[in-house]
Amino acid sequence: MIYREAGQFKTSYASDQMVFPILQDRWCIAAIILLAYAIPLMANEYWLQAILIPFLIFAFAAIGLNLLVGYAGQLSLGTGGFMAVGGYMTYKITTSFPDLNIIVVFLLSGLLAALVGLIFGLPSLRIKGFYLAVATLAAQFFLGWIFNKVGWFYNYSSSGTITAPPRKMFGIMIAGPQASAEVRYLVALTLVVVFALIAKNLVRGKVGRAWMAIRDMDIAAEIIGIRPLQTKLLAFAISSFYCGVAGAMTVFLWLGSAETEAFDIFLSFNILFMVIIGGLGSILGSFLGAAFITLMPIFLTNAPPLFGLTMPIDTQKHIEVMIFGSLIIFFLIVEPNGLARLWQISKEKLRLWPFPY
Amino acid sequence: MLYNVLIAPFVDMAGSPVFFAEVVIGGLLTGVMYSLVALGFVLIFKASGVFNFAQGVMVLFAALTLVGLMERGAPVWLALILTVMVMTALAFAIERIMLRQLVNQEGIILFMATIGLTFVLQGLGETLWGSNVKALDVGIPNQSFEVGGILLNEFDLFAAASGAVLVTVLAIFFHYTRIGRALRAVADDHQAALSVGIPLKSIWVIVWSVAGVVGLVAGIMWGAKSGVQFSLSLIALKALPVLILGGFTSVPGAIVGGLIIGVGEKVAEIYWGPLVGGAIENWFAYMLALVFLVFRPQGLFGERIIERV
Repeated sequence: MIYREAGQFKTSYASDQMVFPILQDRWCIAAIILLAYAIPLMANEYWLQAILIPFLIFAFAAIGLNLLVGYAGQLSLGTGGFMAVGGYMTYKITTSFPDLNIIVVFLLSGLLAALVGLIFGLPSLRIKGFYLAVATLAAQFFLGWIFNKVGWFYNYSSSGTITAPPRKMFGIMIAGPQASAEVRYLVALTLVVVFALIAKNLVRGKVGRAWMAIRDMDIAAEIIGIRPLQTKLLAFAISSFYCGVAGAMTVFLWLGSAETEAFDIFLSFNILFMVIIGGLGSILGSFLGAAFITLMPIFLTNAPPLFGLTMPIDTQKHIEVMIFGSLIIFFLIVEPNGLARLWQISKEKLRLWPFPY
Repeated sequence: MLYNVLIAPFVDMAGSPVFFAEVVIGGLLTGVMYSLVALGFVLIFKASGVFNFAQGVMVLFAALTLVGLMERGAPVWLALILTVMVMTALAFAIERIMLRQLVNQEGIILFMATIGLTFVLQGLGETLWGSNVKALDVGIPNQSFEVGGILLNEFDLFAAASGAVLVTVLAIFFHYTRIGRALRAVADDHQAALSVGIPLKSIWVIVWSVAGVVGLVAGIMWGAKSGVQFSLSLIALKALPVLILGGFTSVPGAIVGGLIIGVGEKVAEIYWGPLVGGAIENWFAYMLALVFLVFRPQGLFGERIIERV
């Protein structure tokens, strides 16, 4: 009744090729984006800093990884390493050229991350599947080691940490620990909206179709004229670009300072969880997965007191870990195609509502 | 610079052959320990096609259970038997609750599920037995002695010997028992095995139990060496390059791969490590495996990958 495309006629090629062909979808997306921009008026510091900013950053990284794993079918466990490249290179560039606009620096370090991704993507031409996944772990450990060992990357500071310097745009402090949480949230939100739209367009264009062909069967794709070399490397490069920018955001818009431990293997696993629980091959899924993985630990930490349960802090931590693991298994069993698939099913149901046949 | 990288380390090696031999033997013995962990991976991957990331935490869980039981006053033999029973029960539960529901899913989904399992087992182990570092003493001798000027440690030799025994027992089990033959049939072809009447589900339980027991042996060795603690589960990450080097589906591959990685890592750390600031053990194994893979995508002993359109 409410959600139905009946009567929405396509009268031009432009309207036929829209990203969101259904009017209700467009209204929904517009409303959500508007709401997201209005959130700083309502939310307090804690919500922004502990939930919303990390959610946006993880969603950003998850989109990047989803392009690689979900669309191009190349399993990667090196996400944390590529995010570290983004974070450390942003720090290095912005301390060397303080006058350069920080957003430009983000994108530049994203490009550097893309370059690194390109190099570590090279083995994907020879090896596939789990062999490739383990091979990308080389990126994870090697990059973590190099940012720890080579002082040049953190300007030889004695603690080995990088601290985001304050950066202004249009006279407002937008990055670094001094910037207010509201501003940092809005910057992150803008980046996420823009790059999610780019990704959405990318995957329905020529590039995305080539990726999906490679994912479904690379030999067959090669036979119909898709070059595996360029396509796979492009997927690695673009995915690493997204991860790199997400890493830069982690340091400059969320944590304020970071060490290589912030980008360890568990971060890579978490992002992969987001992609898989959200739904492989779905941009929306990246958001749903990021929301799920960010919110669940917070919920688990705060839930026992709500039910009047008190227990020693370390027991609670262990039980949290256990529940987190079992919920992941539970979700994989119930819906291996991810939350995005659930959303799709409910949309199909909604189209027939209230008269399903 | 080039001299430092290409020539000096070899001059060092030739200069003190005894020290070099010690390094290599140390590497070989560490390699045996890696192989023990990798073995559990291979068994499960061969029989059920599951890339079991939880193998590392199974090692931890087995060691924790053993130590926990011994702390509560059980003698070593009783604790060992009880731990084996716990690991079997665990295998049963995993098959019932997790694998059975995920039959026919893609590899990556199963892989992710085992990462979930990692969290569950880690939380469970630490809730039951506490998270402090525990010493494990099952009476393995630990004295150093010299053979021809080379310093050896009884404990390492014991580990190597028990590794060898374990592999022999497994080989005999696989080749000469009914269950072993069924396991190999399942590893070759699930559907064909099913069609000749091999019960897939009980095979999976057996394989996961065997992997649990292998994990227990690895857990005893690592636990006795460096204490039973959370970081024990991270040796799974060390076993991964061993796996891709040896091939996911090959038991000899896991052994040889482990030895190569063990030696390569030690030699590189000692002779080349200082040039780049040390601590290269973390990633060197991966790089070594990566270089190998570029030339042999299926690992040293893996089955040749044949693809058809």
